[in-house]
Amino acid sequence: MSIFVDDDTRVVVQGITGGEGKFHTRQMVEYGTNVVAGTSPGKGGQDVDGIPVYDTVSEAVEEEDANASVVFVPPAFAADAIFEALDTDLDLVVAITEGVPTQDMAKVNKRLSETDTRLIGPNCPGIITPGEAKLGILPGNIFEEGNVGLVSRSGTLTYQVVSNLTERGIGQTTAIGIGGDPIIGTSFIDALEAFENDPDTEAVVMCGEIGGEDEEQAAKFIAENMDTPVAGFIAGRTAPPGKRMGHAGAIVSGSGTGTAESKINALNDAGVPVGDTPNEVADHIEDFL
Amino acid sequence: MKLHEYQAKDIFAEAGIPVPESRLASSVDEVMEAVEDIGYPAAIKAQVHVGGRGKAGGIKIAMDEDEARQAAEDILGMDLKGYTVEKVLVEAGVDFENELYVGITMDRSEGKPVAMVSTEGGVNIEEVAEENPDAIAREHIDPAFGLHPYQARKVVFEAGIPRDVAFDVASFLSTLYDLYEANDASDIEINPVMITSDRDVVAADAVMNIDDDALFRHDDLAAMEEDSYEDELEAKAGEYGFDYVRLSGNTGIIGNGAGLVMTTLDLVDYYGGTPANFLDIGGGAKAERVANALDMVFSDENVDSVVFNIFGGITRGDEVAKGINEALEQFDEIPKPVVVRLAGTNAEEGMEILNTDLVQVEATLEDAVQRAVENAKEVSQ
Repeated sequence: MSIFVDDDTRVVVQGITGGEGKFHTRQMVEYGTNVVAGTSPGKGGQDVDGIPVYDTVSEAVEEEDANASVVFVPPAFAADAIFEALDTDLDLVVAITEGVPTQDMAKVNKRLSETDTRLIGPNCPGIITPGEAKLGILPGNIFEEGNVGLVSRSGTLTYQVVSNLTERGIGQTTAIGIGGDPIIGTSFIDALEAFENDPDTEAVVMCGEIGGEDEEQAAKFIAENMDTPVAGFIAGRTAPPGKRMGHAGAIVSGSGTGTAESKINALNDAGVPVGDTPNEVADHIEDFL
Repeated sequence: MKLHEYQAKDIFAEAGIPVPESRLASSVDEVMEAVEDIGYPAAIKAQVHVGGRGKAGGIKIAMDEDEARQAAEDILGMDLKGYTVEKVLVEAGVDFENELYVGITMDRSEGKPVAMVSTEGGVNIEEVAEENPDAIAREHIDPAFGLHPYQARKVVFEAGIPRDVAFDVASFLSTLYDLYEANDASDIEINPVMITSDRDVVAADAVMNIDDDALFRHDDLAAMEEDSYEDELEAKAGEYGFDYVRLSGNTGIIGNGAGLVMTTLDLVDYYGGTPANFLDIGGGAKAERVANALDMVFSDENVDSVVFNIFGGITRGDEVAKGINEALEQFDEIPKPVVVRLAGTNAEEGMEILNTDLVQVEATLEDAVQRAVENAKEVSQ
């Protein structure tokens, strides 16, 4: 079992003819992902490595029965691409694009609330169910099939923690990077709830970072709704207030909200141990299993 | 991107929001010319991107020529929280009875913009939010429709704005939302809105920050950007296009991905060291960018040791290794010890390329950070 993606996921890659789109489509196919179509407006009828290219997502859905999309479209056109995907009732849209204007995402968010589609991202590494499917840019070789779920706001930090797990022979059900932007489609809580309902997920890693209050809300959710044990990690303990640490969302405000301390305390209060190092997170998970 | 008060006020005034008469000045003579036209009392206000200018001595009220000259001499060229003041706004003083707050920002937990109004203007609204949250009335805005006029009225009445000026303030708010949307602002606020003794409503300050990710569609705003970095290293990082934050420690840090770089900083601290900086080379960096990153960190005279931590997804280990070699081979002697940890995509290829005579290599993040911290301690002794 897994969450959100598996063997049956049929993927359309939006922006398949661009550099990133083409490269990562190959990587996804190599990993075993069922990529059934791509889109690139004006390039319908062509193909990329034998994968048919369509002008529109609705054609790709009609002709190839796609049920998920991965968006590799540049930031100026990314919101439009997500709207297009949402209008075709896909089950899942994974937006990799970094740098989507926040007000565009507010409009997307509004439309998203009217659909049954799940959006992951934007500005995220994607989602992987080891051995079954990879939608995004995560390096497939560090993952292993197993029963730990992982949800993270940061891409490379995900890879770090996964490698700490995999090195010990601890595999993963599904790993999701939810993205570091202020407005994202899938929150920690959405992912935690799905892991809680997945019978194969026996423990969950949650990697957060400074900024916003998502981790605090997730801690409350864990305390009230989860039996599956969760271990946490929070990046940005040494971040000074008022400085944006790379991610648009990663900033400790002048009044002191969004600090690592507040998030670690909230998680500890919810019974979630927080590792001082990524390796310590793996220690906690080992204890759970 | 932050706009200066004078830039934001130009935009507000053009949209029909009343602002006090003002002039921009960059010398004492220009200030004196401006006050002659504007009259007294006049406010001399530093135009720098820092909050709390007033408390820090960056705003002064002049009642006569002597005071104006003194204020101009004091403020122009002063150091305000690390920024040098090069321009001041000379503005007609407003005889006010009340100070209000109106602003619009993105509420990230709701994924919607929120309009905020308070009768407690003139002070830091974040402090009001913390100490007396009920003093701020809030109204969420559906981004598909914008701020409905009834919502503007509702939030103004809820805030307890005096009835005789309520419609004027509501109209300010509607205009602000139009500007917020049209300019892809991340925050827009007037603090304070002053109610004069004649019961006129005036924007006495103006804050407008633009979403950097949306600047590609606002050439006019992008042209207003003035590089004002706290120090030359941050300016250099801006030229190279790095996400860089300078800190006060002596262990230089380079990595890929914000979360992992922050984690590397945290581990430096955890193992008893002090981080000198945050430097994210981003995803998919090529050799030249990697070399630039090393150049950046070596330029910081506080740095005694460097840790280079890469976990490649789209970033390839061989490109990183090439960049590190290029950067280091130009030195007869490596300025500061560099510890490298490469993992992920093409890490093995990278390790084959990497000139290990020039760097120290560690296999894990923890070991790499510990070694860099030890190096920093040795070098600084």
